[in-house]
Amino acid sequence: MEAEYQVASFGDGVFMELFLQQVFNGIMLGSTYAIVALGLTMVYGILHVPNFAHGHMYMLGAYVCFFLMTIFGFAYWPALAASAIVLAVAGIILEVLVFKPVRNAGGITPFIAALGALIILENAVVVLWGPEGHRIPNPYPGIIDVFGITMSTQRLLVIGGAFLMILLLQLFIKKTTLGSTIEAVAQNKEGATLVGINVNFVSALTFAISTALAAVAACMVAPIFMISPSMGSLVGMKAFVIVILGGMGSIPGAIVGGIILGLIEAIGGGYFSAAYKDVFGFGALVLILAIKPTGLFGKEIKGR
Amino acid sequence: MMKWLKANWFYVVVLVAALVLPLVITNRYYSQVITMSLLFAIGALSLNLILGFTGQASLAHGGFFAIGAYGVAILTYTLGWNFWLALPVSALLSGLIGFLVGLPALRTRGAYFAITTLCLSEIIYLVAGNWMELTGGHNGIVGIPVPSPISIPGLGQLKFDSQISQYYLVLFFLLFTLFVMYRLTKSLRGMTFLATAINEDLSEAVGINIFRTKLLSFVVSNFFVGLAGGIYASLIGSISPSVASVAMTFNFLMYVLLGGITTLAGPIIGAFIIPVLLEYLQFLQDYQMILFGFLLIIVIVYFPSGFMGLYKNLSEKIKKSKVGA
Repeated sequence: MEAEYQVASFGDGVFMELFLQQVFNGIMLGSTYAIVALGLTMVYGILHVPNFAHGHMYMLGAYVCFFLMTIFGFAYWPALAASAIVLAVAGIILEVLVFKPVRNAGGITPFIAALGALIILENAVVVLWGPEGHRIPNPYPGIIDVFGITMSTQRLLVIGGAFLMILLLQLFIKKTTLGSTIEAVAQNKEGATLVGINVNFVSALTFAISTALAAVAACMVAPIFMISPSMGSLVGMKAFVIVILGGMGSIPGAIVGGIILGLIEAIGGGYFSAAYKDVFGFGALVLILAIKPTGLFGKEIKGR
Repeated sequence: MMKWLKANWFYVVVLVAALVLPLVITNRYYSQVITMSLLFAIGALSLNLILGFTGQASLAHGGFFAIGAYGVAILTYTLGWNFWLALPVSALLSGLIGFLVGLPALRTRGAYFAITTLCLSEIIYLVAGNWMELTGGHNGIVGIPVPSPISIPGLGQLKFDSQISQYYLVLFFLLFTLFVMYRLTKSLRGMTFLATAINEDLSEAVGINIFRTKLLSFVVSNFFVGLAGGIYASLIGSISPSVASVAMTFNFLMYVLLGGITTLAGPIIGAFIIPVLLEYLQFLQDYQMILFGFLLIIVIVYFPSGFMGLYKNLSEKIKKSKVGA
């Protein structure tokens, strides 16, 4: 993603406005990070697999949206929905072909397999659609002015959409039977199998939800930033940072972590240096892990 | 002596082959490919120490390669130091940064460590690309001198401007790395590395200080990859932030895994075979990396111990069939 921050430099009157502007940008960024991280943390909670290819599924989601809109003439919302469905299927394929064979392998094996998957995904997109960036036409180019802060409609939509997705996910997991099987498997795989839950089905379902969420996040921010084959690796890495900050497997942790990282980036990028904005986020992670090796809300992990 | 030769004839043959190889291969391009393979073998061997022998997936290996490379580039090109002073200083710097970073990073385990080091690698990449005054930004540094000649009294000068001399230079450092790795992994200290890789909690229970063990392994590993990076910068003559990219780490990872993790020969075989294979697969162009992605998955799923594992299985089967007959 390119930097779109104004560097604060002048006057006292505009100081507060600029600060609020950065906070708004931070929340916008953070809420998309939060949904990407949510998918990642769910998969980790169930399968204990760090899905390194998650950021690349996000990238694929943006591309599917782009091509549906430009080649097949889809409108924005149908394209977003279709992209989520396509990516849900892609997530199931990824689970079955890459992660299922190494489920019981332990150690570094699963994420080496994930590295293989992300190399395939990134290069396949380069081969198919070229390494250059594309831009999805902005469906809501309007601007709203609230207390002197300029908010583009699309950015507001991203925040609203992200919180809606989080709410829906919570309702699904807590209120439906299907959703609670996910929680059951996360808590105790053997126990879940004993009471007749099909772990294979739940794994596939979790992957489908996780990648569909990533696709929605990608489609929502795609009109604001450029899309390119390499966009996935950075977002994937940030999602990992968030998941570690919030504790692996913790859904509230992913949401809080996402917003925190978004704010660190926007404020660090706005006030100090846009080129080094990612250094602040990654640096914060290294610092936090130095103090608490299992993340802010993480539980002790035993052995390997 | 004969007994020793009989037991180790294979290694002697390989060494002799390595020594005469540049005399046989006269094609400049292939000669360059092979020299680079040997250089990357140093990096792969050092990754294997932390990844294989100690069980910690460091994904900042490309970053430390870059620290060595930028170190030599800045010291020799910008500051005009002698290469033979700049190289050890850069390698030590890489080890020192590894030590400082390892202090917080090695407190984490498993996937957490992998992500922390991946972030570190990204930080190094961003700094290399943005610190214009020091690193030249995205253009990098061009015009790094080749290693300075060494004067040997009575014999004249050893110059490193020809391809053959550069090959022997790299071969020397590869053998040096291999020797250190051999002594280290076969020592008692090496056993503590392996114990940590197999079970951290149990190792701690029997009195191994796993943090210090991991830190030592990480520092040694980063020292050697920094060394490889320094030689790389001097032989290639120019560097850009791409040496710090994640792709560099992935290359090392592929050499180690496809060659055979936790063996000494595996990473060298991997670093040798894969670039040669890539040369033959040139016609695939962009599809090359896709193929490698599939290869990585297939290897990790079906042959987790890589080429060396395959070789071991085969030779055991042959032995068994001989005994049976």
